[in-house]
Amino acid sequence: MTKVFDPNADHLGKYQDDFYEALMASHEGLSHDQSNRLNARLVLIMANQIGDIDVLKSILSTAGKDSERGSS
Amino acid sequence: MPRYEYPAFDYVTPPELLGVGDAVHPVAIVGAGPIGLSMAIDLAMKGIRSVVLDDNNVVSVGSRAICWAKRSLEIFDRLGVGKRMLEQGVTWKVGRLFHRTDEVCSFDLLPEEGHTYPAFINLQQYYVEQYLVERAQEFPDFIDLRFKNKVVDHKDEGDHVAVSLETPDGPYSLKAEYMIACDGARSPTRQRMKLPFEGQTFEEKFLIIDVEMQDSPFGGETAERWFWFEPDFHNGQSALLHKQPDNIYRIDFQLQPDADEAEEKKEENIARRLKAMVGDKPFTLDWMSIYRFTCAKLDRFVHNRVLFVGDSAHVVSPFGARGGNGGVHDVDNLGWKLAAVLKGEADADLLETYNSERSHGSAENIMNSSRATNFMTPKSPMERLFRDEVLKLANDMPFARRLINSGRLSVPCSLSDYLPDTQSDKSTVQLGAPIIDAPLHGAQGETSLIEILKDRFTLVSFGTKPDFESNSVDQIVVAKAGTTLDEQTFADISGLAFKRYGEGLSYLFRPDGHVAAVYQTPDHKRIEAAIHANLHYHPQQAAE
Repeated sequence: MTKVFDPNADHLGKYQDDFYEALMASHEGLSHDQSNRLNARLVLIMANQIGDIDVLKSILSTAGKDSERGSS
Repeated sequence: MPRYEYPAFDYVTPPELLGVGDAVHPVAIVGAGPIGLSMAIDLAMKGIRSVVLDDNNVVSVGSRAICWAKRSLEIFDRLGVGKRMLEQGVTWKVGRLFHRTDEVCSFDLLPEEGHTYPAFINLQQYYVEQYLVERAQEFPDFIDLRFKNKVVDHKDEGDHVAVSLETPDGPYSLKAEYMIACDGARSPTRQRMKLPFEGQTFEEKFLIIDVEMQDSPFGGETAERWFWFEPDFHNGQSALLHKQPDNIYRIDFQLQPDADEAEEKKEENIARRLKAMVGDKPFTLDWMSIYRFTCAKLDRFVHNRVLFVGDSAHVVSPFGARGGNGGVHDVDNLGWKLAAVLKGEADADLLETYNSERSHGSAENIMNSSRATNFMTPKSPMERLFRDEVLKLANDMPFARRLINSGRLSVPCSLSDYLPDTQSDKSTVQLGAPIIDAPLHGAQGETSLIEILKDRFTLVSFGTKPDFESNSVDQIVVAKAGTTLDEQTFADISGLAFKRYGEGLSYLFRPDGHVAAVYQTPDHKRIEAAIHANLHYHPQQAAE
């Protein structure tokens, strides 16, 4: 697992579509509330997998910036 | 620019109705679309006669399939129409993605040099069919084109198929050793056999139009594939733009699932959508249709003496151009196998490899087309949320750009898991991979790898000629610049052939260009064994 967060890196590579399809499938049939809960669990589990607090803080900051700007 | 004029092909009274027909035709091909015609030409080039049966006598009305991918063009080159298509078609390789009014990113489908054919050309299906008909007419002893010969019934008699037809001169029947159903997405052959054809149908409707406009709606003259998510001009839906020859533009508008088709087809409503997109440019509507897309395939493409090829076997949504191109790959795969079976070089089990290999290829096409269509038509608020955030993240983060899916464009599948073991050595291009083109210099001048491989198993040695002769394989040597050239020896002036294939390796290509074996030091025993293995390979039948 990488110890530095690089917003330009593409770790999914050729598995981009496999991942996206699996992510959508994991939400299939769930209510919006259930989907939100699933997303929360995903964030927590992925955070544990990443582990590195500096990387996590960088990700939180990057993702948060985007949501402020994209308020449309 | 004059509009395309649809040529009408002559109906000729079939010989059976004059009492002089063949007792049993080797092959009957149902459908004279691009796939049926390609099939007939492929077989003719291998010395196999066929009769092509079509209920109509004109080429496809409307553009329909327009995007022909590189590998298909290479196959069309082998069939003798590739150059003509390239000359008439609109060449493109860049796809550009927009979200709302902003460009998000672009992708280049063929960034490297040294290929005879481009990533894509756009060419209306009617041109392709016309070129194929004219090419087929160059084989009068091998291809019997029968227009206005409508197949109304068929019966597999075990060792042949009995086909019943209707013509302007009345009904008749004929017999064929094999019948190939190239009769399209609604295949009457498939329906007659009551074969299940199920898959995913997408709720959204799509309005597909071809419009003639003198002014390009693209910024410049270079044709590209432009795709919009939620453009301002088309309220929250997606849109796709392609350029075709004769100043005709293909535009796909995504519509709501409950869109009123009759209303949407009204010219004033199309004009309104178009005006919102391109402004007040004058246009003429050339063709239009409203579709609801389905991705589906047959369980099996081979049913004893009846073979399914193209849309009759599998259908996809158009995002990725995997429909017509997938059908061309079917033809390429089946042609040499059926020819080998009919010549007695292989037994009928070889056709089972057509079934397994093209089932695999079409499943890959369906997977990619379904994913793209799912991405552009989110089924739930959460799917839409993810889609929207991917599009926003794509402004700053490269990984998100690659998650955007407006269509993963047609590339041939690898057959690495489907080939017999040929005890091959480690190679640069993997076993089962489709041929990769490279420019070559021959005794007759400039050529390329895809242009010199013809219809037979061919051993291409990159470096020096192996020290053996064999009647069962064509041999080609790709040597360094400066070598004396002859009919079998070509020079790698650019160095790209050695770079792509690796110096010192000999590749055995199947007649359809897939890599069947690779050796450092081939000898006739290994080569003949590898060809034998490929002609007599019996893939495990899937458990019923």
